[in-house]
Amino acid sequence: METEALSGLERFAQTFLNWEVLVKYAPSILAGVGVTVWLSVLIILVGMTLGTLLACLRAYRVGPLSFLIVVFADVFRALPPLVVILLVFFGLPNAGIYLSAFMVLFVVLTLILAAFAEEILWAGITSVDKGQWEAARSTGLGFTQTLGYVILPQAMRLAIPPLTNRAIAITKMTALGTVIGVPDILNQATTAQSFSGNASPLLLAALAYVLLFLPFVIMSRWLERRYSWKKA
Amino acid sequence: MDQLIEQFFNIEIMIAAWPTILRGLWMTLAICAVVIPMGLLGGLFAALGMLSQNRALRWATVGFVDFFRAIPPLVLLIFVYSGLPFAGLRLSPFAAVAIAFLLNNSAYYGEIFRAGIGSVGTGQTEAARSTGLGASQTMAYVVLPQAVRNVLPDLISNTIEVVKLTSLASVVSLAEMLYAADMARSVTYSASPLVLAAGIYLVILWPLVRLVSRFERRIAH
Amino acid sequence: MNAPTQRPSLEVRGLHKHFGTFHALKGVDISVEHSELVFVLGPSGSGKSTMLRCCNRLEEPDAGDIFLEGDPVTGKGVDLNAIRQRIGMVFQSFNLYPHLSARRNVTLALRKVLGQSRDEADARAMAALEQVGLADKSENLPAALSGGQQQRVAIARALALEPQVMLFDEPTSALDPELVGDVLAVMRELKETGMTMLVVSHEMQFAREAADRVIIMDDGQIVEQGSPERIFENPNHARTRSFLSRVTGGA
Repeated sequence: METEALSGLERFAQTFLNWEVLVKYAPSILAGVGVTVWLSVLIILVGMTLGTLLACLRAYRVGPLSFLIVVFADVFRALPPLVVILLVFFGLPNAGIYLSAFMVLFVVLTLILAAFAEEILWAGITSVDKGQWEAARSTGLGFTQTLGYVILPQAMRLAIPPLTNRAIAITKMTALGTVIGVPDILNQATTAQSFSGNASPLLLAALAYVLLFLPFVIMSRWLERRYSWKKA
Repeated sequence: MDQLIEQFFNIEIMIAAWPTILRGLWMTLAICAVVIPMGLLGGLFAALGMLSQNRALRWATVGFVDFFRAIPPLVLLIFVYSGLPFAGLRLSPFAAVAIAFLLNNSAYYGEIFRAGIGSVGTGQTEAARSTGLGASQTMAYVVLPQAVRNVLPDLISNTIEVVKLTSLASVVSLAEMLYAADMARSVTYSASPLVLAAGIYLVILWPLVRLVSRFERRIAH
Repeated sequence: MNAPTQRPSLEVRGLHKHFGTFHALKGVDISVEHSELVFVLGPSGSGKSTMLRCCNRLEEPDAGDIFLEGDPVTGKGVDLNAIRQRIGMVFQSFNLYPHLSARRNVTLALRKVLGQSRDEADARAMAALEQVGLADKSENLPAALSGGQQQRVAIARALALEPQVMLFDEPTSALDPELVGDVLAVMRELKETGMTMLVVSHEMQFAREAADRVIIMDDGQIVEQGSPERIFENPNHARTRSFLSRVTGGA
């Protein structure tokens, strides 16, 4: 009985913590970490900027333009990311547009983050008291100046906790790139797994994701507490 | 332009793919029917754990929740589906999806329930306890109903995410809607089945997305 | 500044404003002379705040003309931001920018509208804060100030732009009674410096002591106007009498 339990434990270690396999495939998983981090940074920078820009454009309340922004934000919030990724990846080449898997993943996730950021910031902009607009305009500040110096900073403050959560959720989706062959962490791990016939690379990949994202998850918890007075 | 329409909006191909995609839709709905109630229940327990008086339990649940918020759901799913068999635990695709999503959704719903319960004043608990209601009665009849109402937009928003998440099941060959559509795509060499599936997702989820936006605006004012 | 011309400092002619079917202003004429403090009184809903907000076009009038030092405020082709910078406004709810310190609340328009350098704007802001007695609070965020202090910062914010006229929209209505005095004291000092002021407020005692002229509005129209003594002691109109007795009797 005892020996059997021990061998079970040994087998577990052999399967999930195989030192030889780990050493052999650690470099490729590390390369995957590089791809995941680089993608995440690009998506956050471009997605947040685009979302902010769209929310600001919507503030000008030009009917047709606002309508288009709402449709864009709604569609990219309603569609499952994997559906969009496959649609773009397999659809565009037949229409004569060729993008690398990396570019497809970057473009799709950036647009999705932009859609969520737009909605979150728009909610922030509309929640700023009307008196703030009036006070700023009464001193001669123009619409754009008022938006930029008075309204947006206050909207940002409200938006930081939900934006952080959303940015984490969407950068985690870089793992979906595996499906179309982006050499990210998960992709490297599944490849290593099938070559080695051992689950250790997968465990290493999971560990890499936790190490990458846990600090941000903890930060989001802290941010939420810090800004929670606004909600009550 | 014609080429674009041919590629993305080929009606004939869509009609041909319709029965397959419809079967996929039923599977998607079946996954939702299992995964959403399980996630809500798991989330409720996670929230109660995070708010527990017992420090060890509290830290353990916070750790659980943060861990599963840090891991991408697809990584979790692949680990459960193709990692666990190495340890002799072979699961059907459906069971793997159910387990992976239970862990992931419990973490997200848990955070929302925790915020909701925290938003109900301690006066409510004190008032309920003063009338002789027990701790769990107070939670069930007084605190939870208010908590759910306070975070209803977040609950709906997360449920939208869960429905979208079911598309990951295609990766482990569970024949839900995206899997069906992608099969049809690979047979027809046309993206039209994917467009059809996207359209169905939009029909289901767009009203909910609008609802959440409406909620957010009402809270803002 | 405020060099006397033949024309009044602020001139409002034939002002009309509708909100949907509600006729809020029914042809209002007001002129405010240089260095004059004009007080507008009237029951709530009489249109006095709407009239004031039309003066810098926070509300867009449906008809009528407004002139500041002879320059048109209304009509096409008016540089609204340039005109607004010459008209200071103080709000009932202060409307300080919550993310900026008292000093930076004042400097924002100085830098972005007047294009002043940081040093120039800071010096001007500190002088304005000094004038309202809050130089020592310059680095505080609005949330760290009392209501009365916030309103005085708001006055400094308007004052720093060296406006030719200042509009006060119920500046003390949102304040606790014990904080009203400080704000009124600042307004009184402002009058002594020769500032032209148009004030909508319910502070009767202050109107009696400090106003040069009192205007009574009711139902979107001016009922009568005159010196505070005459209006308070010897009103011509029944509507003025009923309003005054309601206000003073109620208090």
